[in-house]
Amino acid sequence: MSTTPAHAESETPFSEIRARLRLKWLILRTAIEERLTYRADFAFSTLIRFLPIVTQIFLWSAIFQNAPGRSIQGYNFSEMVSYYLLVMLTRAFSSMPGLSTGIAGSIADGSVRKYLIQPVDMLDHLFWHRIAHKLVYYAVATGPFALVFWLCRAHLPDFPGWPVMLAFVCSLLMSFLIGFLIETLIGLIAFWFLEVSSLVFIYMMLSYFLSGHMIPLELLSKWLPFVDYLPFRYLAYTPTAILLGKIPLEHLLMELLIQAGWIAGLFVLNRYTFNRGVLRYSAFGG
Amino acid sequence: MAAIEVRELCRTYQVFRKREGVWASVRGLFHREYEVVSAVRNVSFTIDEGEMVAFLGPNGAGKTTTLKLLSGLVVPTSGTAHVLGHVPWKREDAYRRRFSLVTGQKEQLWWDLPAQESFRLHKEIYRISAADYRRRLDELTDLLEVGRLMSQPVRELSLGERMRMELIAALLHRPDVLFLDEPTIGLDVVSQRRVQEFLRHYQREQRITVILTSHYMKDVEALCDRAIVINKGIVIHDGPLAAIIDRFSRHKIIELQFSDNIVPQGLERYGRILESRPPKVRIQVEKQRVSECLSSILSQHSIDDISVAERPLEDVIAELFSSDDAARAEK
Repeated sequence: MSTTPAHAESETPFSEIRARLRLKWLILRTAIEERLTYRADFAFSTLIRFLPIVTQIFLWSAIFQNAPGRSIQGYNFSEMVSYYLLVMLTRAFSSMPGLSTGIAGSIADGSVRKYLIQPVDMLDHLFWHRIAHKLVYYAVATGPFALVFWLCRAHLPDFPGWPVMLAFVCSLLMSFLIGFLIETLIGLIAFWFLEVSSLVFIYMMLSYFLSGHMIPLELLSKWLPFVDYLPFRYLAYTPTAILLGKIPLEHLLMELLIQAGWIAGLFVLNRYTFNRGVLRYSAFGG
Repeated sequence: MAAIEVRELCRTYQVFRKREGVWASVRGLFHREYEVVSAVRNVSFTIDEGEMVAFLGPNGAGKTTTLKLLSGLVVPTSGTAHVLGHVPWKREDAYRRRFSLVTGQKEQLWWDLPAQESFRLHKEIYRISAADYRRRLDELTDLLEVGRLMSQPVRELSLGERMRMELIAALLHRPDVLFLDEPTIGLDVVSQRRVQEFLRHYQREQRITVILTSHYMKDVEALCDRAIVINKGIVIHDGPLAAIIDRFSRHKIIELQFSDNIVPQGLERYGRILESRPPKVRIQVEKQRVSECLSSILSQHSIDDISVAERPLEDVIAELFSSDDAARAEK
């Protein structure tokens, strides 16, 4: 047996990058296969998710019936319906079912150890895992989504032009990152408290209100002016408002930059929390 | 050359002390009392490359904490350790690519997928070349006889089959150091033996350095020549396995076969009768009284056959750990 690493290949920066990419790709592939083992449960839960949108459309149609032709905080009925449809779409990107509790569970039952023993990065691993989760979800959900959008086609806005469309897609993808980073952060808190389910519950309640999932943020910001300064709005409201033309064209770039700023900040916070958490974990007995 | 060097390693834990009763629980919300528990105290040892060493001790002795320290899962309170020249708790990738930790729990395999998917992932995680991967996988699946189970989801495998898959996952990257924490716990006798035989064969072939903890003395006797015995965080023996019996056993076993098909009365005066099946009897006798007892028995009875044996390692270890002052036994 030699004491020189038997595994060190001739490592050039290029081969290093290639090896990392291959690992990410394989995590993605393996996680997709894993998700597909539960496809029936997955399809069912996807369909169930469409129920709230139906009740919301009924609710708002009742509200607008008493005031035909009126608008509420700048939203007419059609815009309101579009708003909920687009929020549903955005949430399909930014919500992360099971992410926080999964991380917390692995910390509590010790399976987090494998990320400390093996030469892998846990957050990177979780990220690609989540992408796989989302891809399978879209594969299952595209049909039902298309159906609902088609049924409500009369309410949908006209094509807003390429700049807005591009900004919308960017914002949508970034909403995925913000959702991932926030929920990972909540999961990592388990390094300190072990049990995070009540924290997850509070987060879900807060984000339901403050992301604009429940009602457009214009209706809230009169009472809660601080919602504009929180990251939650990027989980549902911002991409939706961009596509509906609620954000003036000249503000779009700024809005995207702020969203990117949140991602950078949350990313740094995530890394910091992970490193501190691992230190604490190894100080308390692994 | 030393693969593992541990010097005066200490690890203490702060444990929350909870008193009984509701009132105490309420008070505990505001004022917490902690107790400092030493899991590992001044542990030092050196293990050479290619050695296979058993780590013995009762539950809570500090075995698992030591393995966690050496795997980098736990940072020590004081002391140093080097494994293959690395400080484990720095968790450098260069070190993590060269060791494996296998515990009795499911750790490395993806539950819902066939084991081969996890292995393929390991190939990328540990950057194993395609040719090496193929060769090692074939060899390991052959040795552990799991070829036909490769495409079955892990959750459908039996505990023994899963353990063998865990071993493959742990060995695919050909680690230089292997930590085995109770690898046969909960396995049936057949699986236990199979894992045991595999480990012996593999270790001899590859000359890897292994630390093994097990409650199952058959594992230890089959695999290791050297044992480190640890109790209450302190190393109380480090040397040949056989020396444990010499050092800690206060008894030997005399086996007698009487000529006249009966077992005579009054043998209790020599020691504890372990088994009496006329004409044979087994008596546990204090070590220093063996010759005295033998001459007394031989002078009083007619004997066909006689032998003196050591007690089984398992019994010696059990006795050693059950006596509360095991730490003092050293002196």
